[in-house]
Amino acid sequence: MDLRYTASEQAFRAELRGWLAATLPAVGEPPPHDDWPARRAFDLRWQHLLFEAGYAGVDWPVEGGGRGASPVEQLIFKEECERAGAPYVGVNFVGLLHAGPTVIAEGTRAQKERYLPAILRGEEVWCQGFSEPDAGSDLASLRTRALRDGDHYVVTGSKIWTSYAFVADFCELLVRTGDEGNRGITWLIMPMDSPGIEIRPLRTIAGTLEFAELFLHEVRVPVANRVGEENDGWRVTMVTLSFERGTAFVGELLECVRLLRELRQLVARLGLQGDAGLARRIGHLVAAFDALWALTKRNVSEATRTGVPGVGGSVFKLSFSEHSQALGDLAMEVLDRAALCADPLLGSDGSALGNDEQLAAWFKAISSTIAAGTSQVQRNIVGERILGLPRSR
Amino acid sequence: MDFRVGDDQRALAEGIRAMVAGRLPLERLRAREGDDRAIGDDDWAALTETGVFALTLPEPAGTGLGMADAVVVFEELGRALVPGPLVGTFLAASAGLVHGAAEGGAKVGVHDAGAGPILVEHLASLDGLLVFGSGGGRGARLLAPAPDSAGAERLLAPLDPLTPMWRLEALPDGEPVADPEDRLARHGALLTAALQVGHATEALDLAVAYAKERHQFGKPIGSFQAVKHMCADMLVRAEVARAGVHAAACLADAPDVVASEAQGAGCAPGEFFERAVRGAKLLADEAALGNARGAIQVHGGMGFTWEVPLHLHLKRARVLSTTFGTPADQAAAMAAYA
Repeated sequence: MDLRYTASEQAFRAELRGWLAATLPAVGEPPPHDDWPARRAFDLRWQHLLFEAGYAGVDWPVEGGGRGASPVEQLIFKEECERAGAPYVGVNFVGLLHAGPTVIAEGTRAQKERYLPAILRGEEVWCQGFSEPDAGSDLASLRTRALRDGDHYVVTGSKIWTSYAFVADFCELLVRTGDEGNRGITWLIMPMDSPGIEIRPLRTIAGTLEFAELFLHEVRVPVANRVGEENDGWRVTMVTLSFERGTAFVGELLECVRLLRELRQLVARLGLQGDAGLARRIGHLVAAFDALWALTKRNVSEATRTGVPGVGGSVFKLSFSEHSQALGDLAMEVLDRAALCADPLLGSDGSALGNDEQLAAWFKAISSTIAAGTSQVQRNIVGERILGLPRSR
Repeated sequence: MDFRVGDDQRALAEGIRAMVAGRLPLERLRAREGDDRAIGDDDWAALTETGVFALTLPEPAGTGLGMADAVVVFEELGRALVPGPLVGTFLAASAGLVHGAAEGGAKVGVHDAGAGPILVEHLASLDGLLVFGSGGGRGARLLAPAPDSAGAERLLAPLDPLTPMWRLEALPDGEPVADPEDRLARHGALLTAALQVGHATEALDLAVAYAKERHQFGKPIGSFQAVKHMCADMLVRAEVARAGVHAAACLADAPDVVASEAQGAGCAPGEFFERAVRGAKLLADEAALGNARGAIQVHGGMGFTWEVPLHLHLKRARVLSTTFGTPADQAAAMAAYA
């Protein structure tokens, strides 16, 4: 057990911190949330800056064109980017964190050459077509059908929760090519300019147009765009999950730490610092986020040795998502009626209340026990795979 | 950085676990329920011989290890419900406060000088008593010899049958102990938190084992999600608390890391370490109490009896949650660090 960073880890941090300080002033403010063309341009420009500085795909292996950084360096990268206020990965999320790693692990040489450099350079955007209206937690029951027609698959069905669909160039798509269950699934790369794709935005609880539903009407996808073998797509998908190194929620955790600090400052400005109950709830969240930061370091350390973050991934997500919700609820109580609108409001002292940001975080926290594996599914995973309890199904 | 539990620490924990299972099994410990002295001299000697109290003393008197090793050992002591003034004796031994503490010749208790009645644990066994400021606060005093138990009221119904208690009308002043940076109070809180992580872990293990073996409606009850999810939540509580305790222990061993992290957090090194310890104690208290309660629920009616040891874990966890500050004390103090 040692929390000391090595000399090379410290050097990595110092170099990155210097680059961020020199680079970020010219990056500017991110565009409005629903201005998708502007968001695409902004996020791709940031990715290109990372590429030119050698930080693109910091977690990708060198053979995939990435930096091949160690899990600890990946942790430092995310920590420094969050602390410096660098842009979020944004529209590059699926390409960098999911589709790219899948192509690295399972793609052909031609596929790697075609798709990976464009992701790293910030030239192309990916989206994800996995979940369906009737296949959520039970993803392996997906029904979007792909029929072989010569050197093409003809795809018909619908997908849901597809973020960035409006601005994506490609979609990583799971389709059914065989029997029911996880052995009849195939992983395809679908160009988003293919005829037959209809995109319907889904307005989130926060009012934003983050998600979309995809309706696919006989979309023709070249067989050459298949990654892995036909009917082997479930395994291909699982391989990608093994790229996680325990750093998945570092940015979100540090964001919560910042929001909590701002909330405490707001409590003082509102003259509520004498409220002992409020103070204890704030103090409890400090303790929880500190311990989750320690758990992150533990998971990253496990990943360094074993390649996977051990039992910690699900444990972290279960605890973090609930504490982020507790923070959101606390902020709403402190803000009182100021939390009834997302317009930025000023307090009686003329300074910003931060209600817009806290409200957005409150909504985001609500999604955290649902997205990327609901807490109920996570508890099944913990109970069955870690504690060895008998399966429920 | 490598924050995994090291191979040496795993071996140390396994050694302690084997020693306790062999020399201090629960049925032996429970033979002293209700006794004035919760642990016999020969059992205390077994702990001493294993070096439990001298872990951080330099060789040859001790083993020259750090707090990161000590917390791993104390987790095992908590798991096994080993009674006695473990934390105070460790503190007295490591700081050289009471002669013989490291070698088994002296037992030292701890007491939180808060409001309310003065209740002292293990008084009949004690050679010294370390008194700390209220709520895990500063200012340690040492009473050596300890107040005479003959002049105190022995409580007939202590919550934990293996933590005998006495009520005193007043405590003598004692000698102030030089305690730079409140090291004794922090290390005491940290070791107590480690005991609590041990209780949380054992309660989880007992619950999981029972959920696999107990059948109702023709199935092991652990296959029902209502039970399975309780067990999952218990693991989460234990692992998050353990990470916090281990991080604080690493900081105890690495002033250089404390200094650099404190600089980043914009506070004094002592404050940063206090934050780590208080947060760890808070989560460990909650994990121990929450998991004991959860395990009792999983055991159903049997959990409410003395037939299974869960009541002992719950009661000990309550005792420990009142030393070096209650969860409410920690949470109130932690608010300053947001």
